[in-house]
Amino acid sequence: MPLKILVTAKRVEDSESKIKVNPAGTGIVGEGLKYKINPFDEIGVEEALRLTAKHGGEVVVVSVGTKDVHEQLRHALAMGATKAIWVNHTGPLDQLGVAACLQKVAEKEKPDLCILGKQAIDDDQNQVGQYLAEWLGWSQATFASKEESLESDAEKTKTPAIKLSADGKRVTVVREVDGGLQTIDSPLPCVATTELRLNQPRYASLPGIMKAKSKPIEELTPAGLGVDVTPKLTVTKMIPPPARKAGIKVPDVAALIEKLKNEAKAI
Amino acid sequence: MNFGLSDDEKALQESARKFAREVMRPKAAHHDETSTFPVDIIRQGSELGLMNMTIPAEFGGMELPHVAQAIVAEEISWGCAGMATSMIANDLALLPIIIGASKEQKERLLRPFTTGFKLVSFALTEPGAGSDVAGMRCTARREGDFYVVNGQKQWITNGEYADQFTLFCTTDPTKRHKGIMCLAVEGRPAGLTVGKHENKMGQRASNTVTLTFEDVKVPVANRIGEEGEGFMIAMATLDNSRPLTAMFAIGIARAAMEHAIDYAKQRTQFGKPIADFQAIQFMIADMAADIEAARLLTYKSAWLLDDGQRNTLISSYAKRFAADMGMKAATDAVQIFGGYGYSREYPVEKLMRDAKLVQIYEGTSQVQRIVIARELLKGI
Amino acid sequence: MGNVLIVVEANTDGSLRKATLNAITAGQQLAKATGGAVHAIALAKDATALANQVKEYGVTVHAASGAQFEHAIVENWAPAIAAAAQAISAEWVGGAATAIGRDVLPRVAAKLKAVMASEILSVEGSGADVSFTRPMWAGAVIATVKLAGPVKCFTVRATEFAAAEKSGAGEVKVFAAPAQDKQLSTFVGFKEVKSARPALTEAKVVVSGGRGTKGDFKPIEGLADELGAAVGASRAVCDAGWQPNDLQVGQTGKVVAPALYIAAGISGAIQHVAGMKSSKTIVAINKDGEAPIFQIADYGLVADLFKALPEMQAAIKAAK
Repeated sequence: MPLKILVTAKRVEDSESKIKVNPAGTGIVGEGLKYKINPFDEIGVEEALRLTAKHGGEVVVVSVGTKDVHEQLRHALAMGATKAIWVNHTGPLDQLGVAACLQKVAEKEKPDLCILGKQAIDDDQNQVGQYLAEWLGWSQATFASKEESLESDAEKTKTPAIKLSADGKRVTVVREVDGGLQTIDSPLPCVATTELRLNQPRYASLPGIMKAKSKPIEELTPAGLGVDVTPKLTVTKMIPPPARKAGIKVPDVAALIEKLKNEAKAI
Repeated sequence: MNFGLSDDEKALQESARKFAREVMRPKAAHHDETSTFPVDIIRQGSELGLMNMTIPAEFGGMELPHVAQAIVAEEISWGCAGMATSMIANDLALLPIIIGASKEQKERLLRPFTTGFKLVSFALTEPGAGSDVAGMRCTARREGDFYVVNGQKQWITNGEYADQFTLFCTTDPTKRHKGIMCLAVEGRPAGLTVGKHENKMGQRASNTVTLTFEDVKVPVANRIGEEGEGFMIAMATLDNSRPLTAMFAIGIARAAMEHAIDYAKQRTQFGKPIADFQAIQFMIADMAADIEAARLLTYKSAWLLDDGQRNTLISSYAKRFAADMGMKAATDAVQIFGGYGYSREYPVEKLMRDAKLVQIYEGTSQVQRIVIARELLKGI
Repeated sequence: MGNVLIVVEANTDGSLRKATLNAITAGQQLAKATGGAVHAIALAKDATALANQVKEYGVTVHAASGAQFEHAIVENWAPAIAAAAQAISAEWVGGAATAIGRDVLPRVAAKLKAVMASEILSVEGSGADVSFTRPMWAGAVIATVKLAGPVKCFTVRATEFAAAEKSGAGEVKVFAAPAQDKQLSTFVGFKEVKSARPALTEAKVVVSGGRGTKGDFKPIEGLADELGAAVGASRAVCDAGWQPNDLQVGQTGKVVAPALYIAAGISGAIQHVAGMKSSKTIVAINKDGEAPIFQIADYGLVADLFKALPEMQAAIKAAK
């Protein structure tokens, strides 16, 4: 039962980059920043590749943004995605705008499954997958994870953690929830979002990178998709997190216990 | 002139960098300390195409341009120079085949490297013949369809794990460089003894052994080029690989500089971060400028190859300059770390030990100077 | 206008989850700022008991009962919450940023064509100028965000709001929920991650270990058990595979705010600090006197954790 899977590749600042608010408080300092695919999206690409390796099918990767997002699309293509869709947009964009674009792309591509990162590591909203599921009227399986560890044989053999039912009409997803793991069974089409522990994404191999050059990137626009992306969320100010004031150093354990007991009343 | 990297080159760099950061680096200290060969990491590197980059597309390879290979070499040596040496050893040992072998031989001896994980060792140096390649004593005597090889090869990277050897030997030691030929030795033929892994100062993750050949029979069909062409093949190989070796020094130096910068910002003395002191700033500034200079020189030496030009002179500049620069940068990084730098708890002393080898292998800094001088004084 | 609807959550034993009380506080602030009342919606197989617990906090609780509400399946919860929001003309719909809140509320927002802010840290301003602060880039930036439209949704970072106080003035109303969504996920099972120690996010005391433990967590666990504390770990420790990922404290792990946080052998990378800096009292124990963790610690002890922690454990035991 071949699967068609739509995945996302948001362009975000590298988590290793130092993020600093600019002096005006209107954004972050762009200088010296490196960009990469949102790590949660990358996990989504990996899961999609594992699913299609097992069941056959194709993986379509989509990203919304300026031409810079080609870099992230190419990365997903180098990992093994079949084709890419670039929704060309410059300017502010909130989660509703992104979800609306993805909805139209999904309606056009008709995938069986969309796998998105649970959140992007820039705005940390954790919303787009849920919006997309609702607007498409599809089932929703957020925070997909797995019981096996990332050191397990299942991981080493690149076994998909999202399980397709024998009739190919449903998926079983292990979700990371508070206090444990919840397993749900969702009918296809479905929107799933990824947790960190779903899998360890493969590296783009050098031959994969060379091959990605010849894979197609289709260009679309929000207007062409009939989507109004005027943001409803505006960031009015950015500040660095408050610094905690420095405390004191204590000479030994006895002094520490004394302080904790009598000053902080913490024990 | 264009100094920017292409999108492809950036993508290759990113991939190699990620592998270096996430796979190589976390294990670098362990394999340094235990001097063990990280075969899983090397295999993973091979699967990712960070090895065997030189193999022509005609035989299933990536045929990566030399500049792109150099970019990869910098990243993986940043991750761990010992592992990088073991990875690039394949390219070094496949080059003689690419340069000198027939089409039939290439199909037979190169293609398996594009379909699975295999290691091959470059066997040139001998106990008594280091810089003086033409002084080699390992002999090959023809007997019908075979050569019978006798002799010893030293400092052979990956020798213990190699599936194939690219062996340089001589049909007549008195002929000096005119007697040298190249043989591809497959598997472990009878009479080939692999010595024990050398306990090295640096680059300890890379496997280094001595090979002893006692009446080892190698088919004549595995002779790369003609008898007497071995020296030329070896020199052409080193012209090709020199940019990669130079890049090792740059990867090491960059790692040293990054550690030094991080440390200098964190470490406070006399009430302020030591990064505020000019003595420290100057060392870091020199490292940065020297690294960039070495990198540009090395890119050029690789670019000349991609452009179809001879690069002997420029690649010797690059190897000499980069290797000496790498040693200095790593030494200065240890200096910036002070006492901690001298401790094995911190990463910079390893870089200093690793850097030293780059001044020695694949043509010492002194041999590079000889090559440079010879090239410059040729017409006189 | 300005009515607020807060989604109530229960623990597995049916008792009211603490984080809901923090969300109610945020709801009260919003209601005050925009001139409305705080409502809550409790969804359960039989929501009466849960609703009665919430009523104590002075809110109008809409009790939606039905077998379909077990296990918080989003396709069942979201339409009910959205319908309740419309029924009370809510301007704000929110809840705690728990796994359920993060799963359900964006889908509610989508149903209501509303925009949403996740993990808010504070409510600012009043009337039409109400805005939220929320973390971005793993807490490296605190952004003030303004939401447009008649209905807006949010989730609350529970550690940033005090728990609501009992005021006893609320009431419970039965809410007849509408039909569930068509494409329905079904519950298969739940596997609890068991730990004898308290849950990391709920514990009053947390003892965390970092790279300095070199993977040996015995001193950390020993002290934690003596204090009845939860055990946490830095990212380096989890990345190295020394401890499971769900012990990770930090922006990509758990965000905790216990009364006492003891960081042992943790250097204090921004990533880790983001996950624990709201703790009331922070103790840092590290061999390296220059470690950045000391900059945020109330009490710092420059010492080898392998000596200091057992000493602390013994001292605390002796004082009992």
